[in-house]
Amino acid sequence: MTIDEALDRRTRVNDFSIKLANVNGTGSASANSLLMQAIFRMGIPVSGKNLFPSNIQGLPTWYEIRVNKSGYTARALDYDLVVAMNSQTYAQDIADVRHGGYVIYDSSWPLDPDLSRDDVTFLGIPLAKMCLENFKAPRERILMKNIAYAGAIVALVGIDVALVADLLAETFARNEALRDSNQRALRLGYDYAMENLACPLPFYVEPMDKNGSSILINGNLATALGCLYAGATVAGWYPITPATAVMDNFIQLCAKYRRETVVSDDPNVPDTTHNNYLIIQAEDEIASIGMVLGAGWSGARAFTSTSGPGISLMNELLGLAYYTEIPAVIVDVQRTGPSTGMPTRTQQADIMMCAYASHGDTKHIVLFPANPYECFEFTVQAFDLAERFQTPVFMLSDLDIGMNDWVVPELQWDDSYVWDRGPVLSDEDLSRMSEFFRYDSENDDHVAARTLPGSDEKGAYFIRGSGHDRFGHYTENPPEYREVVDRLKRKHAASAAHVPAPVIERRDGATIGVITIGSCDLAVREALDELADAGLPADFLRVRGFPFVADVREFVEAHEHCFVVEQNRDAQLRSLIAIETGVAIEKMHPVLAYGGFPLSAQQVVDSVLAKLEN
Amino acid sequence: MPSITKPLIPLSPLPKNELGLTIRDYEGQMSTLCAGCGHDSVTAAIVHAFWELSTPPHMIAKLSGIGCSSKTPTYFVRGAHGFNSAHGRMVPIATGAIAANRELTYIGISGDGDSLSIGLGHLMHGIRRNVKMVYVIENNGVYGLTKGQMSASADIGSRPKKGEANTLAPIDPVTMALSLGATFIARSFSGDKEQLVPIMKAAIAHNGFALIDVISPCVTFNDHEGSTKSYKFMRDHEVKEVETDFVPIRAEIRAKIPAEGAIEVTMHDGSVVSFRSVPEGYDPHDRMKVEEYIRDRQSRGEIVTGLLYVDESAKELHEMNATPTRGLSKLPYSSLCPGAAQLAAMQEDFR
Repeated sequence: MTIDEALDRRTRVNDFSIKLANVNGTGSASANSLLMQAIFRMGIPVSGKNLFPSNIQGLPTWYEIRVNKSGYTARALDYDLVVAMNSQTYAQDIADVRHGGYVIYDSSWPLDPDLSRDDVTFLGIPLAKMCLENFKAPRERILMKNIAYAGAIVALVGIDVALVADLLAETFARNEALRDSNQRALRLGYDYAMENLACPLPFYVEPMDKNGSSILINGNLATALGCLYAGATVAGWYPITPATAVMDNFIQLCAKYRRETVVSDDPNVPDTTHNNYLIIQAEDEIASIGMVLGAGWSGARAFTSTSGPGISLMNELLGLAYYTEIPAVIVDVQRTGPSTGMPTRTQQADIMMCAYASHGDTKHIVLFPANPYECFEFTVQAFDLAERFQTPVFMLSDLDIGMNDWVVPELQWDDSYVWDRGPVLSDEDLSRMSEFFRYDSENDDHVAARTLPGSDEKGAYFIRGSGHDRFGHYTENPPEYREVVDRLKRKHAASAAHVPAPVIERRDGATIGVITIGSCDLAVREALDELADAGLPADFLRVRGFPFVADVREFVEAHEHCFVVEQNRDAQLRSLIAIETGVAIEKMHPVLAYGGFPLSAQQVVDSVLAKLEN
Repeated sequence: MPSITKPLIPLSPLPKNELGLTIRDYEGQMSTLCAGCGHDSVTAAIVHAFWELSTPPHMIAKLSGIGCSSKTPTYFVRGAHGFNSAHGRMVPIATGAIAANRELTYIGISGDGDSLSIGLGHLMHGIRRNVKMVYVIENNGVYGLTKGQMSASADIGSRPKKGEANTLAPIDPVTMALSLGATFIARSFSGDKEQLVPIMKAAIAHNGFALIDVISPCVTFNDHEGSTKSYKFMRDHEVKEVETDFVPIRAEIRAKIPAEGAIEVTMHDGSVVSFRSVPEGYDPHDRMKVEEYIRDRQSRGEIVTGLLYVDESAKELHEMNATPTRGLSKLPYSSLCPGAAQLAAMQEDFR
């Protein structure tokens, strides 16, 4: 055995990654997330990334599980174990496993000898055969193969099988037949592996206590929770991957937490139930944002959730909202563009579009969460900012955050929270004023107090997207026009102090700085630890809101070399920083990953080292 | 609405409505439309309707898109809350506003460009959702603000001021609305205030989406020989066989002794729409018969006006969604946030 081989086969506890290759629509997703959830319950840091096609049935799909005791749970590119369940992608999947790694395959049929590798151990399990013998219904025979291989993995990497059985019992609590089939399939795979394979493999799990009170949640659910807690009552939306689940979740949450029973005084009249919300599935994204603006104008907290193509369609009305100063929250769960692009793949390529959405001079407030925890927190803030600054606010999530389950700290809520409605005049306020004009007053945030429809006649005005002066009257007069748009610019600048501040972490002896955004967070942090271990300490800055505070400019200026890590082709964050802070764009080297899969630390380390070596 | 400034203090006392307001209190700014524009007559009818119904001005929201028609909300009810939105997008914006606060009375003014081209999809979906609002199409068959292009409501053979006759089939909002399941459909003519005011009042009382297609000639670009949306063409081809009266909720019963066979519709708020005369066999509740009648007349080159169809039994948007009678925008935060304890409890399921 060479040293390399020895290293490849060394024992590793709570530090490995698995890639599961499946055919979509065969029920593999639930088996795969079952494994991830079980590892989470064992107290071990873990992540699960679903790399799925834009298709309902029949195309390749992968699920990657990374277990890491140190908390490095960004996507890993070296797989210790590959579960090859899709004959269409056998060749690629087998090629992907690391030296000394393992491949599980369905040995009901012989494996093509051409696919064999000497440096990899092949573990055959007759999954199809087992399921054929043990289950009757054709659909069940397909579905249960997934649970059977999950059972084998449970045995091979030492997952607590009782815990997995508990999870299945919880999942199928209300379906006895399915619960029994799943339990049987789990045992089939588990027992086969225990009897026929060398369990455990050199990499396996051992219980830890690293997850504390953490939860397992995806960003779309966390965002919906943010909308619920922020007090949103109106939503307009159009189905689009990967944002649909934001509204699906919001609908479910409202049905559970926003229904109010009105007790009837009359014994002959039954009690009624009120829905303290109104969610409208619109005819398109233009209508969705239109509904949000109408509701925002009327004083309700309103939002829409969409992805890049939806933002493209909303552009016109986003300008209307900006210019007429109507609060709106727009959740953009980014996917891979341009055009239809790759709807089920992740990217961060809407940064520029959201920052400057719509024709004419427009600038918006944009928030960049890195994980579901921040999705919850920032969504609530987005509503406060939208009303405080009377303007659209973008919550820029992405597919990786939105659709994958993440281990994050328990979400916190402070019951003393008071929503910030921004400057709104009541009838009493109006009665003390001699006259009201919409854009005439200006507070410290450069925001003018507004009235809501239904307020006293004195507060009535005509809101318009056409040129208007500070009184809200139609104008084509240059100074009058400029006075309003100049205030809008001041207002946008003033919001910088109120968006989430950048996260900055410095290391002793650092000469380089790495700037990043959103879901790149974990991969970049891991990369920075690796670089530090290699003798190259780097400072870290993650932007969390636009407009930028001065810290961003100062960070770039303070480092000889800066790298900007983001998931788009055109280095949009880098450009936005250069445009908005005035720092020389050459000071920032782009590190770009835009193929549609979540970022891994290796990509960052390789890019940084390559640049520094040149 | 005449485009001259009127004295704020009238020479003789004007009559007052139940709120003690005169018709002047329901007017808006001076119109900047062309002298003789049909839209100004529609504005006048709206002013009358709201004044006669004693709707509190601050409880009216008036919305529009872009175009000549969309300028008109400036010219009525200055005490109302106004929203001049984007081209074709008034319906979604109105829908959102109505969703947020159902306590106001909503009126949307649009044109044939706004409603039948750029915003056609939104109009159709507004009808489907039965959003409770008055929706007026000031229909002149032409794009006025961009100087005379034919619109989607132009009839085949209709000639623009310059250029070739239109060869494309028109989109008729009335028959379209019938097929979409609209719950209140009327057509009128801006030159006929006597017909338009009661229709407008009935539309305001209607519990759902009330569509009024008003043929409103464009004196500058589409009032010439060869136009089918001109004053002359309308006077020659209008058929007024469906005639209605509107009896407000507070009116004394003695005002109406229904004629033999007259059809009466009690509106959601208790007011009554009375069909004074209808053609033989016509039933304003029968979608098929109404459409057959309109199409038959259309085939003879006639334009039927009046309140043509009404269904007061359908649920409007809020009823379908079981929202409270109070505006959602007025709900206190305490009734919207489940609180920290609930958040902690639900997270038990996320482990």
